[in-house]
Amino acid sequence: MNWIRSVAREVYGLFVDDSSFAFAILCWIVAMAGLVRYHVLQRWAGPALFVGLALILTEGVLRVTRRKD
Amino acid sequence: MVLTFAAMDSVQQLSTRLGTTLVAAFLASTVECVEALTVVLAVGSVRGWPSALAGCATAVVTLAAIVAALGPALTRIPLHLVQLVVGAMILLFGLRWLRKAILRSAGLIPLHDEAAAFAKNTAKLRGVRLASGWDKLAFATAFNITMMEGTEVVFIVIALGAGGRALMLTASLGAVAALAVVTALGFALHHPLSRVPENTLKFIVGVLLSAFGTFWVGEGVGVAWPGEDLAIPCMMAAYLALALYLVPLCRNRARNAADAQKESCIAAKEDQR
Repeated sequence: MNWIRSVAREVYGLFVDDSSFAFAILCWIVAMAGLVRYHVLQRWAGPALFVGLALILTEGVLRVTRRKD
Repeated sequence: MVLTFAAMDSVQQLSTRLGTTLVAAFLASTVECVEALTVVLAVGSVRGWPSALAGCATAVVTLAAIVAALGPALTRIPLHLVQLVVGAMILLFGLRWLRKAILRSAGLIPLHDEAAAFAKNTAKLRGVRLASGWDKLAFATAFNITMMEGTEVVFIVIALGAGGRALMLTASLGAVAALAVVTALGFALHHPLSRVPENTLKFIVGVLLSAFGTFWVGEGVGVAWPGEDLAIPCMMAAYLALALYLVPLCRNRARNAADAQKESCIAAKEDQR
């Protein structure tokens, strides 16, 4: 069972080093999927997806800067 | 005589159709292969070639096995689901790399991974042989990107070759020719790329993966991108601009915080006197 746990840990580590950063990205993807499904954003869905991810990146970078202060 | 003309007509029609299928399959597959090549080249330059090439080759073999096993039944797999899952994985990789590259350029984290360097040196001292050059991240990234683009090539071949055995063969030839041309291009380009500084390449990889990941996630959830595939270079430019804006911003903030800390230390010492 230990090897399964270590493989799972390795795979998790490939995608995630800051869990709140990864969680925010996934949440935004789920939110966008919902908005597109119910035709809320229509042709603005693409730009909105990008802007949300850009904001998550900005917040993720600035959070590390604040932590180093 | 009429029959002969009719026969000539149908031969001409067939050869025209085969020709257009070949050109269409070649061009469409070239676009997909170049997209994969861009990322594989960048990943190979940053993280090392053995793992990147191994990931790429494993993806090609896996894809070939899937195609051989399933054939045209592949068209029943929902492409949107594949795009969403693989796109989300690439996006997680990409934004993570870009974030680290920004922090490195701003001087907030070291340029080299100190822990890895320490582990390598310790292992060398103990005489332990490390798995030479094996990099899971490079393997997984190259594998994902090749699988994603390769799946699209398979769909192109199946769609263009749906008219019969001869068309399927022609479309497959077009795709294989595209793969050969793009592979040759990769071999020609990989050497000049090795001269680019490491963190610059990491920056570029982060930008590329983030743009591709965003595009595929969008496709997966059903976004209609303005300009279709042209949205990818636009997003690359936008991610790059954002990253270049964030580097000096973080550097200044960190410097101001350090200055403030220094001043408060001096003030505290003067108070003690």
